[in-house]
Amino acid sequence: MSGMMQVSSARTLPKGLPQLAALLVVLLVNWLVFRDFFAVRLQDGRLFGSLIDVLNRGAPVAILALGMTLVIATRGIDLSVGAVMAIAGATAATLTAQGYPLPAALAAAAGVGLACGLWNGILVAILEIQPFVATLILMVAGRGFAQLIAEGQIITFVSEGFAAIGGGSFLMLPMPVVIALAMLIVTHFVIRYTALGLFIEATGANVRSSAYAGIGTKVVTIAVYMWCSLCAAIAGLIVTADIRGADANNAGLWLELDAILAVVVGGTSLFGGRFSLGLSVVGALIIQAMNTGILLSGFPPEYNLIVKAIVVLAVLLAQTPVLSGLRFIWRAKA
Amino acid sequence: MQLKSEQPDLLEISGLTKGFPGVQALDHVDFTLRAGEIHGLLGENGAGKSTLIKVLTGVFRRDGGSICLDGQEIEARDPADALSLGIGTVYQEVNLLPNLSVAENLFIGRQPHRFGLVRTGEMRGRSSELLATYGLHINVADPLGSYSVAVQQIIAIARAVDLSAKVLILDEPTASLDAQEVETLFRILNDLKARGIGIVFVTHFLDQVYAVCDRITVLRNGRLVGSRPIAELPRIELVSMMLGRELAAEALHRNQRPAVTGNPMVAFKDYGKRRLVEPFDLEIRPGEVVGLAGLLGSGRTETAKLVFGIERAESGQAFVDGKPVRIASPRDASRLRFGFTPEDRKTEGIVAELSIRENIILALQAQRGWLHQIPRRKQDEIANRFIKLLDIRTPDAEKPIGLLSGGNQQKALLARWLATEPRFLILDEPTRGIDVGAHAEIIRLIERLCDDGLALLVISSELEEIASYSDRVVVLRDRKHVRELSGPEVNADTIMTTIASHQ
Amino acid sequence: MKARHLLTTIGMAALMLSSGAAYAQNKMTVGFSQVGSESGWRAAETKVSKIEAEKRGIDLKISDAQQKQENQIRAVRSFIAQGVDAILLAPVVATGWDAVLKEAKEAKIPVVLLDRSIETKDESLYLTAVTSDTVYEGKVAGEWLAKETGGKCNVVELQGTVGSSPAINRKKGFDQVVAANPGMKIIRTQSGDFTRTKGKEVMESFIKAEGGGKNICAVYAHNDDMAIGAIQAIKEAGLKPGKDIKVVSIDAVPDIFKAMGDGEANVTVELTPNMAGPALDALTAYKKNGTMPKKWIQTESKVYTPETAKAEYEKRKELY
Repeated sequence: MSGMMQVSSARTLPKGLPQLAALLVVLLVNWLVFRDFFAVRLQDGRLFGSLIDVLNRGAPVAILALGMTLVIATRGIDLSVGAVMAIAGATAATLTAQGYPLPAALAAAAGVGLACGLWNGILVAILEIQPFVATLILMVAGRGFAQLIAEGQIITFVSEGFAAIGGGSFLMLPMPVVIALAMLIVTHFVIRYTALGLFIEATGANVRSSAYAGIGTKVVTIAVYMWCSLCAAIAGLIVTADIRGADANNAGLWLELDAILAVVVGGTSLFGGRFSLGLSVVGALIIQAMNTGILLSGFPPEYNLIVKAIVVLAVLLAQTPVLSGLRFIWRAKA
Repeated sequence: MQLKSEQPDLLEISGLTKGFPGVQALDHVDFTLRAGEIHGLLGENGAGKSTLIKVLTGVFRRDGGSICLDGQEIEARDPADALSLGIGTVYQEVNLLPNLSVAENLFIGRQPHRFGLVRTGEMRGRSSELLATYGLHINVADPLGSYSVAVQQIIAIARAVDLSAKVLILDEPTASLDAQEVETLFRILNDLKARGIGIVFVTHFLDQVYAVCDRITVLRNGRLVGSRPIAELPRIELVSMMLGRELAAEALHRNQRPAVTGNPMVAFKDYGKRRLVEPFDLEIRPGEVVGLAGLLGSGRTETAKLVFGIERAESGQAFVDGKPVRIASPRDASRLRFGFTPEDRKTEGIVAELSIRENIILALQAQRGWLHQIPRRKQDEIANRFIKLLDIRTPDAEKPIGLLSGGNQQKALLARWLATEPRFLILDEPTRGIDVGAHAEIIRLIERLCDDGLALLVISSELEEIASYSDRVVVLRDRKHVRELSGPEVNADTIMTTIASHQ
Repeated sequence: MKARHLLTTIGMAALMLSSGAAYAQNKMTVGFSQVGSESGWRAAETKVSKIEAEKRGIDLKISDAQQKQENQIRAVRSFIAQGVDAILLAPVVATGWDAVLKEAKEAKIPVVLLDRSIETKDESLYLTAVTSDTVYEGKVAGEWLAKETGGKCNVVELQGTVGSSPAINRKKGFDQVVAANPGMKIIRTQSGDFTRTKGKEVMESFIKAEGGGKNICAVYAHNDDMAIGAIQAIKEAGLKPGKDIKVVSIDAVPDIFKAMGDGEANVTVELTPNMAGPALDALTAYKKNGTMPKKWIQTESKVYTPETAKAEYEKRKELY
């Protein structure tokens, strides 16, 4: 009676295998529709090619997915990241256009991002509003804020330094890719080389038990929303720098959904608990590889969303225990 | 209230058996219910009451035994099926739809209709009539949720009875009602009884049992303790049935230890919170075990939660080593080197998804703060030390704790707090739902911790057990600390009579 | 709940303020139910409307519907209740207006539709519609390109949001020109969602898919913003926008004139934000002499090329 209960572990696939396999398949399909997909050359001192595009274009969503992973691990959700991107972009672009030095503009954008996260965190942790509803407020109101800052126009700026965040390169890699990598590493270290990761997972898996064990679950929750919004602000800076203008109406529009999708495709459960930053980034790359593939294929744009939905469905199905179970039975019969 | 003995049983359950992994929830339980009878079903947490009801109403499948209604063997597939067979259930949290109207709730799934259209007028008319027979005159077009729990319960009863229920099960219906509402409910139950309906009444309020029941059945640890007509059952005997011991002729004493002296390690003066537990005084010295005894809902778990800062006290002051302290959260309590293992291990204790190692170091890590991560090697060392020390049966420390049996989960939770080297431990039902072997080990552990100089506050409904290791026992009744027993008074008999005595 | 309450309170206060504005005697009062402020062009339209009304001494009340039809219907109703002299309506969608327009008609308040028309069986519900011809815009853009390249050109197309009417129509107009010129071909077409970011991303992939951009003679973007994104993609691929790849777009927002001034864009077709001017003229004439305007007042689709870019940029900067 006091021993282990019977649990079959033979059925679960090794962690991360479905995601990596899916990424590989999507890349292969891209290669089939466009034979130069893997061709990479040097253009003006930076790598240039479709594969690089996948990384470069996938960077903002990958950065969003980092923060979103942590929020989802606490059993929350953050719908406001797209709006926070727009706010941060509009803030930095406006300040730059008004002649403030770049560091000041970037710091202001980051500060605004953190403030947005604090707001979300307080609504969720202190006022105990459901995360979906709590962050919906900023999702709707935030874009309005961004429009107020930008006064309804696309704020363009002339600043090679700022533009470099989107269009520059470092060690031949596009700057957004470098920033995403740096954010992945920083987030990983902050989470795994402190006890924060454990606290986040514990809070997400059982908030009551965690609080009873003496964890400051409210502080953990607020910290996580702040990190998520900071990630959103950074992603917002990238897309703003990329087009050398802050488009309050469209910057980050619907990207919260891509970020959530990336996290889910990466295998983190919406019910909180265990999470993987790396696999969320892989999820973001799968989504972007699909987008790029569709563009390269010459497929009519009307099919874009359908193709995307089918691939996502396939990846998610590959992760469900039900299907894994079926596969197990099928293999046993064979 | 006279019942003819030749009257056939309406419901007859015999040899009912139901097991879950790690627990035998029902072990050959017999139960009978007559038409026109109110039958109290009693027992502490984990006695098997709710399992019995769930098997009866088709939520669970039984493993063995038979259920006969009107002499016919039945097996309900689900609650709806049970209802169609004539067994209706009303829960403490009414399981109707609060945003639909009262009338819609009464007729959901069987609305009168013509040409595919619901005849709202007719439905409302019939609803009003129906509720009037229960003495309820309300606007049936209003949403159900706009009425009090008491009214909702009556509506739920009306619906169940109207759906041709022969047997009505009430699962703790009075837990959230005030005295007057309880009275109304009892009037309705007596009316239904007069109409020949058999009523199963689950409660843990003894006064209510004596007020309304004809007969009682007591379950304990999944087994039948007995069925008795209430008229000939003294209160003390009922309590002894529930708590599982006969009144012993010779009072069993614990091995007398010298009374613990010295200054209290923790003390609470006039500590209390409205609606939770009335203000109490409590002192515990190092090396002393204080037991909290009382029936379910008497305020024993509430006392523990107050002391550990899960609930914030509204009155009084807490002291550690004679100095006043503020305990506003478990975090505060943990910093004062308190520890707490809750009664409900699954939802308040373990983090099922995380590994045994992570669960064991959780409180220690929380004390140290997020910046000072315990190095992985140290974590392994702590986890393995306690796995060995407490004999937690697992192949390794990395298994999710949710896969362990109850006893091993409990040991891991004890390990979680022992790893913090606590000075004061609060254990709420540390042996509940644990198999015999682990049970004894945990009691031995409690005694050892006490010898090591810890201050311990232990809650248990096992009177023998609590008497065996406690230096003093505080008895609670109706959310009040009623009496503190010490010295030779600390024995199961005295505890029991104190629990059972009237004010 | 509290937050919602607060928002409603603020909303009510705003409504009261706007409706409480003084009614000047003999001054025509016109209510304008604007869609929202989702783009720079839209913001410019609102701004121009204010200016045009001021010019004519008309009191213009603007209500922002935030892209929601129900808000627009509410706004029209409140205009009727306030007894305005006329209503301008920029409908967010084409259907579902009959009921509220009937109310306006019964109150004898003429309604003029701006920049989009509606679908209704009863055309008497509105006085006139002032819109541009989006098919014609696409055609004008195509004709310029055909003339410029002698009818021989491989075009990549950046479509607007899939299914939106300007995207459908601007494609249609351009396709008519392509059909008439056997040397012209659309080799790739994808949606860039009318945004700079997507325009840039899609153009990047077009360049890669078409041999590093060597096969592309021109890019035709359904709006200027996508063209501006495409210009950056072309530059980053090491090509010269406006020369290696010609850039043709529609809207005439200030930033495209800037690009034209730098020689990076070749042509844009104007979608004028001044819809209110002709509308108010028609209304004034109708009110004064009872002149019935035409059922459709088409705005001009003017072609702008780099020659006038600088001057146009200065002219527009203020509006946008």
